[in-house]
Amino acid sequence: MTLPTDPPTQTWLQRHRMIITPLMFLLPGVAFFAVYVISPILQSFYISTFEWTGLGSLSEQGEFIGMQNYRELMSDRNFEVSLWNNVKWLVLYLLAIPGGLFIALFLNQTVAGIRVYKSLFFFPFVISQVVVGLVFSWFYLPNVGLLNVVLGWFGSEVNILGNPDLATYGIIAAGLWPQTAYCMILYLTGLNAVDPEQIEAARLDGAKGVRMLWHVILPQLRPATFIAFVVTIIGALRSFDLISVMTNGGPFGSTRVLSFYMFEKALSEYGFRMGYGSAIAVILFLIMLIFISYFLWTMWRDERAARL
Amino acid sequence: MFPTPVEKRSRAAQITYQSLVPLALILWLLPLIAVALFSIRPGVDFANGNYWGVPSSFELFTNYGRVFFESDMPRYLWNSVLITVPTVIGAVALSCMTGFALGIYRFRGNLLIFFMFIAGNFVPFQILMVPVRDLTVDVGLYNTKMGLVLFHIAFQTGFCTLFMRNFIRALPYELIEAARVEGVKEWRIFWYIVLPLMKPAIAALSVLVFTFIWNDYFWAVVLTQGPDAQPVTAGITSFNSQFVAQYHLMSAGSIVAALPPVLMFFLMQRHFIAGLTLGAVK
Repeated sequence: MTLPTDPPTQTWLQRHRMIITPLMFLLPGVAFFAVYVISPILQSFYISTFEWTGLGSLSEQGEFIGMQNYRELMSDRNFEVSLWNNVKWLVLYLLAIPGGLFIALFLNQTVAGIRVYKSLFFFPFVISQVVVGLVFSWFYLPNVGLLNVVLGWFGSEVNILGNPDLATYGIIAAGLWPQTAYCMILYLTGLNAVDPEQIEAARLDGAKGVRMLWHVILPQLRPATFIAFVVTIIGALRSFDLISVMTNGGPFGSTRVLSFYMFEKALSEYGFRMGYGSAIAVILFLIMLIFISYFLWTMWRDERAARL
Repeated sequence: MFPTPVEKRSRAAQITYQSLVPLALILWLLPLIAVALFSIRPGVDFANGNYWGVPSSFELFTNYGRVFFESDMPRYLWNSVLITVPTVIGAVALSCMTGFALGIYRFRGNLLIFFMFIAGNFVPFQILMVPVRDLTVDVGLYNTKMGLVLFHIAFQTGFCTLFMRNFIRALPYELIEAARVEGVKEWRIFWYIVLPLMKPAIAALSVLVFTFIWNDYFWAVVLTQGPDAQPVTAGITSFNSQFVAQYHLMSAGSIVAALPPVLMFFLMQRHFIAGLTLGAVK
C-alpha cells in the first residue's frame, strides 16, 4: 500500500484538519456544557462566600462574608439532620442492588410470556418520581391507604409519613421501588452475557446454588454491578422529588436531605439565602466528588487497559 | 444459564414457578394497581368511605374526561411535549458531534474533555441551581420553555456524549481510515459514514432522554412557574390542589402525567434497554 503524500498545494486548514475538525465538532457541545454546567459549579463556590438574597447583582447587592456561611452550617441543627438523612439514603438505597439481583435471578427463565413479565417488573422505573411519590403517599395514607388496610387485618396501624422517626424510611422505600427495577434490568442484561460454558464446567465440578452464584456468576456480573453502584449512589444523593412530593421536608423537618434543604434555604418561602444555600450545595458537591473521583478513576483504568 | 432453567426441573417446580411469577408481579405493582383502581371510582365512594370495596359505579370515562376538559392538564402535557422534544433533538445532535470528535480523533486533551463530560453528568443539581437560575433570569428566559430546553440540552449533552463516544469507539475504525485514504473530507466521513451507523445509538438515546426530561421535576420548579411554561410533573401539584382529596381525579391525573414515558418505553423497549444497560456487559 502506498501512503498518499501531501501535495504541496495544501492549505493551512487542510494540513491541520485532524485537529481543526474535532475542535469544530466539539465546539457547540463544549460551549453549552461550559456555560450551563462547568461555570455554574465554580460560581456556586464563589456565591457561597456571600450573603445574598438573589435580587440585584451579586457584586452590588451581595455582601462578602468569607467562610461565615460554612461556620453557620456547623452549628445548624437542620443541616445536621439533613446530612444524617443523606447517610441513611446512601446506605439503604444500596439495597436496590441485591434486590435487583434477586428479582433478576428470579425472572431469568425462558418460560412463555416471561418477556412481558420482565418489562412489567421494570416499568416503575419509567414513571416520574413525582408520580411514584404520589402513589406511595396514597399507599401509606392512615386509615384508608392500602398498606394500613392490610395492616388493619392484623390489628395494627401506622402513619408512616406523619411520624418523624419513620417518614424518611417510608420515602426511601418508595425510592427503592424504581431503583430496584433499574438494577434488575442491569443484572438481567448481565446474566444474558454470562458464559454458559463456565457454568457447565462449574456444574460438573459440583458447584450450585449460592456457591455457584458467588464464585462463578457474580465475578462475571462485575460490569453490571459497577453501573448499578454508580447509578444508585447518584440516585441516592440526588433524592429531591420524592421528598418534595411526599412530605415537603416534614414532619418537623425530619425528612430533609441536603439537596432539599438547600432548595428550601435558597428558593422557598423560608427565604432567599442564596449564599447559604450555595454553601450547602458545595458540601453536597464535595460528598459527591468523593464518589465521582472513584468512578472516574475506575473508568480511566478501564480506558487505559482498552488501549494497550 | 443461571439459575437452572425450570424446564429442567420437576413438573411441580414448574407449576410453582409459573404461578409464583404473576403473584410476585401483582405484589410488586400493588401501589400502582391501587391508584389505577382509585381512578375508575366515582367521587361519592370516597365520601362514603368506600375506598377499597366494590365501586358503586364505573367512572373511567367521566374521571379521565374531567382531567382533560376541566383542568389545566392538557396545557401542562403540551408544555411537556414542547420542552421534551426540542431537548431530545438538541442533545442528540450535539452529542453526535462531540461523540464523533472524541471517539475518532486522537489529540491532546481528548480524554480530559471526555472525563469532563462524564463528571459533569454526575454532579448534584443543587450546585448548579443558583447560577443557572440567575443566568436564565438575566437573559429573560425565566418561566419560558426555552429556558428549560437550553439547560436540559446542555446537561444531557454530558450523558449523551459518554454514550455516543463509546458507541463510536466500537465501530470498525478501518472504515474511516479507508475513506481517508480515498481522500474523503472529514465532515463527509461524519455525515455519510459514521452517522448512518449511529442510528441504533440515536434511537436508544432519544428514548432515554425523552424519559429523563419528561420526568424532570427539580428544574421545572426552579426555572418555571404557572401553567404557561410548567411541564406536567410540576403541574400535577397545582392539579392536586385544585382537586384536593378527590382521589379519583388525582389518581386519574397522575396516571395521565405518567403515561407518555410508559408508552414510549413499551413501544421502543429494545432501544430503551439497550441504552440503559450500555456498559453493563463488556
